[in-house]
Amino acid sequence: MAFDSFTDFVAMGGYGLYVWLSFFLSFVVLAGVALETLFAKRQLVKKSGQLQQRQQRLARRKASRAAVGDGNESKT
Amino acid sequence: MSQLSGRQTWLTILKRDLRIAARRRSDALNPLLFLLMVVTLFPLGIGPGPDILARVAPGIIWVAALLASLLGLERLFRDDFQDGTLEQMCLLPQPLAFTVTAKMMVHWLLSGLPLVILSPLLALLLSLPVQGWWALALTLLLGTPALSALGAIGAALTLQVQRGSSLVSLILIPLFIPLLIFATAAVENASMGLAVHGQLAILAAISVLTVTLAPLAVAAGIRMSVN
Amino acid sequence: MWRWLHPYAKPEATYNLLQKFLPWFVALTLVTLVTGVIWGLAFAPGDYQQGDSYRIIFLHVPAAVFSMGAYMGMAIMGAVALIWQIKTAEWSIPAIAPVGAALTIVALLTGAIWGKPMWGTWWVWDARLTSELILLFLYVGVMALYFAFDDARTGAKAAAILSLVGVINLPIIHFSVEWWNTLHQGATITKFERPSIATSMLIPLVICLVGFAFLTVSLVIMRLKNEILRHELHRPWAQQKLEQD
Repeated sequence: MAFDSFTDFVAMGGYGLYVWLSFFLSFVVLAGVALETLFAKRQLVKKSGQLQQRQQRLARRKASRAAVGDGNESKT
Repeated sequence: MSQLSGRQTWLTILKRDLRIAARRRSDALNPLLFLLMVVTLFPLGIGPGPDILARVAPGIIWVAALLASLLGLERLFRDDFQDGTLEQMCLLPQPLAFTVTAKMMVHWLLSGLPLVILSPLLALLLSLPVQGWWALALTLLLGTPALSALGAIGAALTLQVQRGSSLVSLILIPLFIPLLIFATAAVENASMGLAVHGQLAILAAISVLTVTLAPLAVAAGIRMSVN
Repeated sequence: MWRWLHPYAKPEATYNLLQKFLPWFVALTLVTLVTGVIWGLAFAPGDYQQGDSYRIIFLHVPAAVFSMGAYMGMAIMGAVALIWQIKTAEWSIPAIAPVGAALTIVALLTGAIWGKPMWGTWWVWDARLTSELILLFLYVGVMALYFAFDDARTGAKAAAILSLVGVINLPIIHFSVEWWNTLHQGATITKFERPSIATSMLIPLVICLVGFAFLTVSLVIMRLKNEILRHELHRPWAQQKLEQD
């Protein structure tokens, strides 16, 4: 242990502001990248869900249209 | 149809581009006028004292030259890309990396060479000591080929980008930095009467390296955009 | 010779591989970084010249090293993308560039903050800080070029070519800036270069270096997984993967 007490550790021999500021800012920047990545992942999950719903809707509509089409053919 | 040899093709492209440039003189002239005006701004901005001006002259002239060389770049391949000439160049029997050197040469003849010729005037305006004049001209002579080569890379990569001129500056300026450092150091040394062979040799080496390797990147960029 | 590489041209195979490795890398990152930082902050002895302000070195040097390393990795991926036309290599460029840029910003911030007690100003045109600033510009250029194209494949190719051009230029820029700095060195003496470093300080520094290496790789893997899914969103396997989360 290079420091005698916790207050010494926080003070960093008078350089506390600089040391803690640099560690804090580095953490913010790197955590920011990680969070942005996680956020992008969530967006992708959402987008994928929408895409799947649309595909299902299209499939259903196609099926129903096919059924209606059959009905028309039989009338004419 | 007779096949053109490599050198004939190269000269044909060179002549064609020079002829086009001769019909559109303002395109080649505007960057030079821009350079002259930027250089004029500095004495107005920092005061006309010859001491200060002579001290910062190499930096000002080279920074202005770098900025001026960015100006015309967007046009370097754009017109040929739009009218299909570049596609034809891709289909030539000669490798594209060889034929694009003709276009780079034209760019240098129209932007680099006039700069070398203009340099005594700029040195005079910024009251650079006389012993720095030839060093300035030499650094421009040795450095501008690299500017044209790097510029061609930027122009080729942004061919498909609409209004890509600011993007070109963004990607090219960091690549220009070594040239700026060695060129200004050479001029400073010369105006103090010191030897400049080392800096000039490094400038020449950078230019040779850039002019040799850049055509490969330019060709890759053009192929990417044409396909 | 490159036979082992072929399966990973298929995005799904690469994704599965990345998914398998990611937890290990994240765990290793946490262990090494926490150990290294606590050791560096609390247990390493103070410097006899700089006091405790030197402890910023445990962030500054690893960030600087891997900001350059990430650029190198991006350029290698660019070469792979251009030569073998492997899509996952193309997508790794937008995955690596922001991570590298963030590391560069960390190196710049810590360097500037370190400079304040040492030099009395927040910014000094020191060789390493200047190189890092130019490196940031290079990253910005690659990212701007990538996002300027409507077609992602063309953008990736352009960014790959630019990163290769940049990687050839990077040593030239680095040495020219160092030379320029020695030329214009006035009152400031660079305090980052030390002839030797005591073992008691070197051990936590090495742990931090390893930690930043794992951190870089973990972040890149996370982003690359996203990029793969983004481009494969219309395929059933990607939709299944996203449903699982």
